Amino acid sequence: MSDEEDDIILSELNDEELVQQMFDDLYDGLKEEIEEAVNILLERKWEPYRILTEALVGGMTIVGADFRDGILFVPEVLLAANAMKGGMFILKPLLAETGAPRMGKMVIGTVKGDIHDIGKNLVSMMMEGAGFEVVDLGINNAVDAYIDAIKAEEADILGMSALLTTTMPYMKVVIDTMVEMGIRDDYVVLVGGAPLNEEFGKAIGADSYCRDAAVAVETAKEYMARKHNQLAAG
Amino acid sequence: MTNALSRALETRDWLLADGATGTNLFNMGLQSGDAPEFWNETEQDKIRALYRGAVDAGSDLFLTNSFGANASRLKLHDAGHRAYELSKLAAELGREVADAANREIIVAGSVGPTGEIMGEAGSLSHESAVEMFEETAKGLMDGGADVVWVETISAPEEFRAAAEAFANVGAPWCGTMSFDTAGRTMMGLTSAQMVQLVDSLPNTPIAFGANCGVGASDLLRTIKGFVAQGTQTPIIAKGNAGIPKYHDGHIHYDGTPELMGEYAVLARNAGAKIIGGCCGTMPNHLRAMREALENTPKGDSPTLELITEKMGGFSSESDGTDAGGAAPSRKNKRRRG
Repeated sequence: MSDEEDDIILSELNDEELVQQMFDDLYDGLKEEIEEAVNILLERKWEPYRILTEALVGGMTIVGADFRDGILFVPEVLLAANAMKGGMFILKPLLAETGAPRMGKMVIGTVKGDIHDIGKNLVSMMMEGAGFEVVDLGINNAVDAYIDAIKAEEADILGMSALLTTTMPYMKVVIDTMVEMGIRDDYVVLVGGAPLNEEFGKAIGADSYCRDAAVAVETAKEYMARKHNQLAAG
Repeated sequence: MTNALSRALETRDWLLADGATGTNLFNMGLQSGDAPEFWNETEQDKIRALYRGAVDAGSDLFLTNSFGANASRLKLHDAGHRAYELSKLAAELGREVADAANREIIVAGSVGPTGEIMGEAGSLSHESAVEMFEETAKGLMDGGADVVWVETISAPEEFRAAAEAFANVGAPWCGTMSFDTAGRTMMGLTSAQMVQLVDSLPNTPIAFGANCGVGASDLLRTIKGFVAQGTQTPIIAKGNAGIPKYHDGHIHYDGTPELMGEYAVLARNAGAKIIGGCCGTMPNHLRAMREALENTPKGDSPTLELITEKMGGFSSESDGTDAGGAAPSRKNKRRRG
């Protein structure tokens, strides 16, 4: 198939076709095409928040589902997230200006002694892809780093990751410290990493264990919806 | 071929490798967060005890305590410059324990992943990866390792970089990847694709295979996937001793010695020649594996049904090889025109 003959002119597509094309382009990790499409929608007077939710988050939901189902793997997801990031970079200042609703804020980091960050980066990107604000503390975080960050950032969610059986017990140290300080219930604590499982998550007192980045996003959305409902009811 | 592993493979039908490094060191008091490789210098008796544990339990070969001894990982402990030195120490202690044994023991220098992403979506270049692997491999060979052994790899790019580094330092080598995501590696590589990868390398490994991953069932399915490609290179099976569970601040794997014994026999029947454990595999597991391998005649390759019956279900329905290892069917594609 010759690309030149079949090349798509994004600006010639109507809104509906363009959003469908953005889903495909996110799936294929085409950053420049996503940036171009976001600018086109802005020119067409779409609200930044609508572009974020309908086009970008919508597209990343498909990527997340296929990652969860073993159809896409890490390299493809990283490219998709990178394309998403390109779009978000344009939208971010505009979202703040227009006072768009916040999805929620997450502080995330790999625990002390653990230097693995592929899984954590993936969660970070997918959470951003779902419209969350993410503060990434990187690797090798001691309990103070987590606590200082969730307080300073006024986070809703704390995410901890570990890839080693030797480092996963440190998650309990962090949660126990939060309990001692009486702040445990102010945050949703999500944990993940290859050697973990649901039973471990429960045993250390986390709210949820998330099997992969797609599950992390779904779980975070559920908790945020619950929180909003509680606030509305209260 | 003059290395000890190639010689052993010529005369033996199977070799018993070792078990866990991390789980064992943790039980000896390694603190969550510390780099195990520092113990090659500061806690040498414990490292000797780790190696001896495998030798005394009947292992024919063991891997050295150097999994994280590369510049990329050590720099997180402010020791990025010590990769050569700590690798060499790991191998020296291994050589000492192997030479003191009353039978031939092979010292395999463990080379772990860099922890960074290569390829289109990553930040680590091929050249830097080769350089890091060379440094570790050189330390291991200078310390007296018989072979180097790269393990727990997910990305084909990283496996290839390790192979190139080993060629550059003239080290005979083995390599295993970790198939932990729907029967593939985290990066999506199937067992069939790993055989193609191994066959495409200019310096063929002495043996290749799978380590770590999810559970024994998945690992055995991966071994069957290698064999189905008709490879002539000896196959390695190093599976975890069950699934990790958390008890009183410690991690404990739920696989019993009996189960690991059955796993070892199934792995050999499936076509593996070097059989060992990974996370959670302690000396008592290895003893049971040795006994089972010695006392059970080789049988037919287990069917997937038999594997499920003996070891439990698979983590995913397919491992991607049923469609001949083709790329997974993507639902979306950029529409043209």
